[in-house]
Amino acid sequence: MESGSFGNGVMKCVLVLEDGFSLEGRAFAGDGEVYGEVVFNTSMTGYQEIVTDPSYKGQIVTLTYPLIGNYGINGEDAESGRPQVEALIVREYSRVPHNWRSTGTLRDYLEEYGLLGMEGVDTRALTKHIREAGAMRAVISTRDLEVESLLKKVRSYPGLVGRDMVRYVTSDKEYVWNTSGNYRVIALDFGIKYSILRMLEHHGCQVTVVPAYTKAEEILAKGPDGILLSNGPGDPAGLCSIVSEVRKLLGRKPVFGICLGHQLLGLALGLRTFKLKFGHRGGNHPVKNLQTGKVEITSQNHGFCVELPGLGARSVELREEVVTLDTGSIPDLGVARVNLRVTHVNLNDFTLEGTEGPELGFFSVQYHPEASPGPHDSRYLFWKFVAMMERASGRYPQAEKGVVLCRDEQI
Amino acid sequence: MPRRTDIKSILIIGSGPIIIGQACEFDYSGSQACKALKQEGYRVVLVNSNPATIMTDPDMADRTYIEPITLKVLERIIQRERPDALLPTLGGQTGLNLAVELHRKGILREHGVELIGAKFDAIEKAEDRELFKAAMRRIGLEVLRSCHVSSVEAALEFAGEVGYPVVIRPSFTLGGTGGGIAYGENELREITDSGISHSPIREVLVEESAIGWKEYELEVMRDRADNVVVICSIENFDPMGVHTGDSITVAPAQTLTDKEYQAMRDAAIAIIREIGVETGGSNIQFAVNPHNGRMVVVEMNPRVSRSSALASKATGFPIAKIAAKLAVGYTLDELPNDITLKTPACFEPTIDYCVVKIPRWDFAKFPGADCTLTTQMKSVGEVMAIGRTFKEALQKAVRSLEQDRFGLGSDKEDALGVRFGPMPNPAALGQRVSEREKETFLEEIRSRLSVSNPDRIFYLRYAFSMGMDVDEVYSLTKIDKWFLYNIRALLDCEFEIRSRLSGASTQQDALEKLGPDLIREAKRCGFSDRQLAHLARAEELSVRRYRLSHGIRPVFKLVDTCAAEFQAYTPYYYSTYESEDESRVSDKRKVMILGGGPNRVGQGIEFDYCCVQAALALRDDGCEVIMVNCNPETVSTDYDISDKLYFEPLTLEDVLNICDSESPDGLILQFGGQTPLKLALALEAQGLTILGTSPYSIDLAEDREKFAAVLRRLGLRQPPNGIGRSLEEAKKIARLIGYPVLVRPSYVLGGRAMEVVYDEETLAGYIERAVEVSPERPILIDKFVEGATEVDVDAVSDGRITVVGGVMEHIEQAGIHSGDSACSLPPFSLSAECISEIKEQTRLLAEALGVIGLINIQFAVKDGIVYVLEANPRASRTVPFVSKVTGIPLAKVATRVMLGKTLAELGLTRDPSPRHVAVKEAVFPFIKFPGVDVILGPEMRSTGEVMGIDKSFGMAFAKSQMAAGTPLPLEGTVLITVADKDKTAIVPIAREFAALGFDLMSTSGTAQLLSSYHIPARRVNKIREGRPNIIDHIRSGEIDLIINTPGGQGQGPKRDGFYVRREALARNIPTITTVRGALAALEGIKTLRKQGLQVKSLQEHHAAHSL
Ligand SMILES: Nc1ncnc2c1ncn2[C@@H]1O[C@H](COP(=O)(O)OP(=O)(O)O)[C@@H](O)[C@H]1O
Ligand SMILES: Nc1ncnc2c1ncn2[C@@H]1O[C@H](COP(=O)(O)OP(=O)(O)O)[C@@H](O)[C@H]1O
Ligand SMILES: [Mg+2]
Ligand SMILES: [Mg+2]
Repeated sequence: MESGSFGNGVMKCVLVLEDGFSLEGRAFAGDGEVYGEVVFNTSMTGYQEIVTDPSYKGQIVTLTYPLIGNYGINGEDAESGRPQVEALIVREYSRVPHNWRSTGTLRDYLEEYGLLGMEGVDTRALTKHIREAGAMRAVISTRDLEVESLLKKVRSYPGLVGRDMVRYVTSDKEYVWNTSGNYRVIALDFGIKYSILRMLEHHGCQVTVVPAYTKAEEILAKGPDGILLSNGPGDPAGLCSIVSEVRKLLGRKPVFGICLGHQLLGLALGLRTFKLKFGHRGGNHPVKNLQTGKVEITSQNHGFCVELPGLGARSVELREEVVTLDTGSIPDLGVARVNLRVTHVNLNDFTLEGTEGPELGFFSVQYHPEASPGPHDSRYLFWKFVAMMERASGRYPQAEKGVVLCRDEQI
Repeated sequence: MPRRTDIKSILIIGSGPIIIGQACEFDYSGSQACKALKQEGYRVVLVNSNPATIMTDPDMADRTYIEPITLKVLERIIQRERPDALLPTLGGQTGLNLAVELHRKGILREHGVELIGAKFDAIEKAEDRELFKAAMRRIGLEVLRSCHVSSVEAALEFAGEVGYPVVIRPSFTLGGTGGGIAYGENELREITDSGISHSPIREVLVEESAIGWKEYELEVMRDRADNVVVICSIENFDPMGVHTGDSITVAPAQTLTDKEYQAMRDAAIAIIREIGVETGGSNIQFAVNPHNGRMVVVEMNPRVSRSSALASKATGFPIAKIAAKLAVGYTLDELPNDITLKTPACFEPTIDYCVVKIPRWDFAKFPGADCTLTTQMKSVGEVMAIGRTFKEALQKAVRSLEQDRFGLGSDKEDALGVRFGPMPNPAALGQRVSEREKETFLEEIRSRLSVSNPDRIFYLRYAFSMGMDVDEVYSLTKIDKWFLYNIRALLDCEFEIRSRLSGASTQQDALEKLGPDLIREAKRCGFSDRQLAHLARAEELSVRRYRLSHGIRPVFKLVDTCAAEFQAYTPYYYSTYESEDESRVSDKRKVMILGGGPNRVGQGIEFDYCCVQAALALRDDGCEVIMVNCNPETVSTDYDISDKLYFEPLTLEDVLNICDSESPDGLILQFGGQTPLKLALALEAQGLTILGTSPYSIDLAEDREKFAAVLRRLGLRQPPNGIGRSLEEAKKIARLIGYPVLVRPSYVLGGRAMEVVYDEETLAGYIERAVEVSPERPILIDKFVEGATEVDVDAVSDGRITVVGGVMEHIEQAGIHSGDSACSLPPFSLSAECISEIKEQTRLLAEALGVIGLINIQFAVKDGIVYVLEANPRASRTVPFVSKVTGIPLAKVATRVMLGKTLAELGLTRDPSPRHVAVKEAVFPFIKFPGVDVILGPEMRSTGEVMGIDKSFGMAFAKSQMAAGTPLPLEGTVLITVADKDKTAIVPIAREFAALGFDLMSTSGTAQLLSSYHIPARRVNKIREGRPNIIDHIRSGEIDLIINTPGGQGQGPKRDGFYVRREALARNIPTITTVRGALAALEGIKTLRKQGLQVKSLQEHHAAHSL
């Protein structure tokens, strides 16, 4: 109504969280009833990227920035072929967008896929509630406005913990992203963002995307120079079969894990993952690179995290350190011990943000070096991947230079 | 990296007087830096010529020099204090330029002073537009094509290449002084010529135009470890071509996709690295072509700035404080985020609200000024508002401006209503108004839209309500359509309200017709009770009652840098209409201080100074302090200063809303100037406790008739006066009391239109021209006391005794506004009897008015008779000055008195009498307003002040002139041309100048007079007497000092004097326009020649005093 449609066409809707917290609002797109885990993202720009990020599968996303839709939707900024969130909650939706690249409105885009957009909500109150009570199951409905009955329904919704959400977003067949490049990279698609593919391409990789459940042998048989484990939705603990394939890849070819990929690597090494209270979602988290001592402002989107006991206690003096993992009992790994370097730590809560296993030829980060949305401070990691593939394959020594050049580079 | 231990003492240069383009934001950043560095254990040496600043309070630094900010003075101070380092990035352009000079002259090297924060090379690379552009190209960023020229011909040639319009920007000036946009050859000639003369290096940059492009600013910080973060992005509502200082701006950027924003962020990071700003904050401006996204770099300021102050307030991230800490070696990740405590300062704030800044202009004070907004900044202040939506923030910002606008239209001043009468719906205009009327209005709208001006924001609404569409408005304004759609949406809300109201009979009926749902929606769009009341033809308070009865009240949300991701510990609030309230109301004893709102001529930093002092005193005494203000430049809106900060408009509605939630035990209104005082009666009527002088007493002093009665009762003299309710009555009164008279309307908007009138004809003309006279809006007429000495007094009273903090004798005679006159503390010519008479009258008045707290009185003394001009039962402009000179923190004392302490308990029972002399001098913005006469009168026009302090009046005066930027010459040529009335008085002055070895130059009349007294003076031509004329002599640099008193009282065609004063202004030649001023100058020159310039810190002055 605040955006100019007084009186008519306003559809009320209600949000109910599993703990009984509820808020009223209006639907700015779509209608119906949706379930998901309600989370918040604090980025001030990039709603198109967020909405299309497959990692949000199963989630209802609240944007803390109150004015959304301002610049519309365009043909270039999507992170996948369609919106992926279960629903979007905003304070105020801008009905008339304006930007030279804009080709349509967020509302039309959501409605095209039958998705619900809710506005007029005190998103700050919701965010604070999630901060205090944790990310949890929620329902939004335009059909049923009764809190009690919605509460009953939302409590029977299964939630995300322990569930495999990847299967909803992985591609069902292999495809070639780009046809030329110096390095052949196989990207495992757990819900991969286009930006990762774009970044690989930009760094001289020829990328082939394979479905999440592709067997290790099959991947290795393609003779890749490197393997990328992508981001993706949900709880890594629900992905046992994938973890065991990942294990088989280690030590064979350079592996780069991002986000879910990072978590899968952790699980493969016998580490555990845990659910963060309300996750990290936004574009402003400081992450310290323990190898350079510099801080990167990072793009984040994860609800689970690899547990590395004792990391939080190291807040005073952050130094790069090596944790030796006893991996003797882990099948398929083939090594009794893995020296895991802690390369990156989140300065807000001292959670693990990046690791490296030099002997096994892998490294991974919990955050998003491909940004989109978010800052570009961490793009050097793609050079690092390239350099690793180079060393492993003994080709193209010039790429080493890139590692030095990469920091300020713009794309 | 921990802090540096190899440096012990740090020099900070302040930004000097408040001028257009450099206001209290540098007091805010400087104070933060001083505090931060002292906390870290450094010895802080501070230089600032502006006594009205918090930073120059003696406990902010270890050594505080209120001395002129000049090379020579700085050198003396460096010699005395031997600082290890100079932090040049906190004192605005003034501080930065001086640091550059100190470096260039080798003074820093000689004394082993290290530049920290930004090194010389970095400053130079950022400030020199050519070096800057080259650097940008080197890192692959685009800049606009441009060319440095030092002649008009070269400018024309360049414009021929790139095509018109072109933008002219002088090098090394502030706020774009001397720049502009040229749409054709003539304009280019004119602007280039003036720009070259303003540039200290006689050079301007002519640049390809990006007018109409989107303009952005990023606030960036960097540390020694090369970590870089962007604190805030700011989008200008007004596109390129309007100076960012004159633009409505919005934070964060609203219309950039993430891709575009990140490209800008990448560029900003690359720029700060390339320029090499080692540590601290920088402001980088970008322009974006709205049609293809092409991004160019406009400029970089390698220092904290007005925008960084705004960004700090907009995000809660204290840029200046962090910059100071980075300068001494900390890295961002070593510093905690003040707000969350648990997370580091090394992050990028994310906000969950929208911030709108609107500049405040004061054109009404400068008749003849061109109020077109262009690349040269003209605003004198600004307000900021926070809302959950742009619409809400915009409307809150508009009502924060305090210009009797309570949102975007739908109020008493709404031109639609004024012009066409009240109507149910602007859409109904069609039926009511003839086509011709409509067409004229549309023409006016089009012209007011296509050229930016202070009212453009209102004309956007008029345009939409007259049926223009977004595309048309866009093509006229180039304001991004997203903003335009939002303004349209506000109008939709207004339409809805109007249409629901049609046929409403009574107030109550109207409110019922609106209903709670719509009212809540309107409140969420930022509509004020006043606007709703106007639309519903109801009382503001009825609207308030109605909405409260339906539970429609604002909630208060926190500004927390992190969009609620982490818990916030700093109580920095804004109001909005949402579901959850976050205010944490304590049950402690609470006092609420209302601030002064936006800076404007007449109400500036002095009042903020008082508010801050009050807050500090109350906190010391264990009271909870709630600060309310809406000026982002100020120290008072630093969340560190009070226990709770509400960043809110200072209107009755907004203040009452906070009171509803906080229930303060008392409110302090005395310190924020006229702004809070205006609310006194209304607030009291709502049952709130006003601390100190009661609203009844305030009214007694403010109401002319009541005040006159008080004076009569006390047997005190007032210039004879009366109130005219019609032209005839006015004439009668004037005849009765005798000309000249001083006239002013009792009720005015904007400029106060105060004038000295010498005859009946002029009086009639004035009434016709300037004001309407009616029984509701009478005009006030006072006998103008000619040639009187004006005296300002600041005193504090506890209801038992009154202590006079200072008696200040004005240099200029009465008739020149007290804020514009230089003044001396203690008086330099008044007799002891006169001073004690003045003090006596002050005590009588304070008692009669029942003052508890501060009172300021202006007197005029003529022929030994003391007249009371006015009494203000509140803090005054001179309170900080008096406090600095006497060492007695008057505002703190007054605060404690208001809370019940007696002056005896506070140990202040005797009037202080400092042994040193201080002169306060006013600083004017005339340079920004070509076409305006540089002349002083009863209407205040200065924006700021400086202070000179020394052993004698002469030296203090000389220093004050130096500090004001127009140092007195020690030798050379004095041009004397005075009005007839001043001719006899000038003779002895001229004689002394001659005796001092000055060459005298005069126009015919004065020359004749002087020669008749055997004073040698070279006669020069007036403008019409042939060349070379007086102007040519000024231009050629022959003249070092000008004594020019304005002749006559006529408003007629521009006279020689006008051109002389403008030319002198452009060449920065000291110009004295009164006889008393000339005497003071003479005294100053004599003293300067006798004794060299010495500097002394406030701490030393005060120590000497307390002996
Ligand atoms: N080439 C240009 N075309 C159009 N507008 C310009 C151009 N250059 C500057 N401006 C406008 O002039 C203003 C002042 O210019 P800027 O370089 O920022 O100087 P200052 O040092 O006074 O801030 C800018 O905010 C912008 O709106
Ligand atoms: N009767 C008067 N005779 C001479 N000068 C006067 C008289 N009244 C006011 N003035 C001059 O006008 C200035 C402004 O008037 P004042 O009443 O103080 O208004 P304000 O509220 O703006 O301070 C004074 O500072 C003084 O110089
Ligand atoms: Mg600028
Ligand atoms: Mg006055």
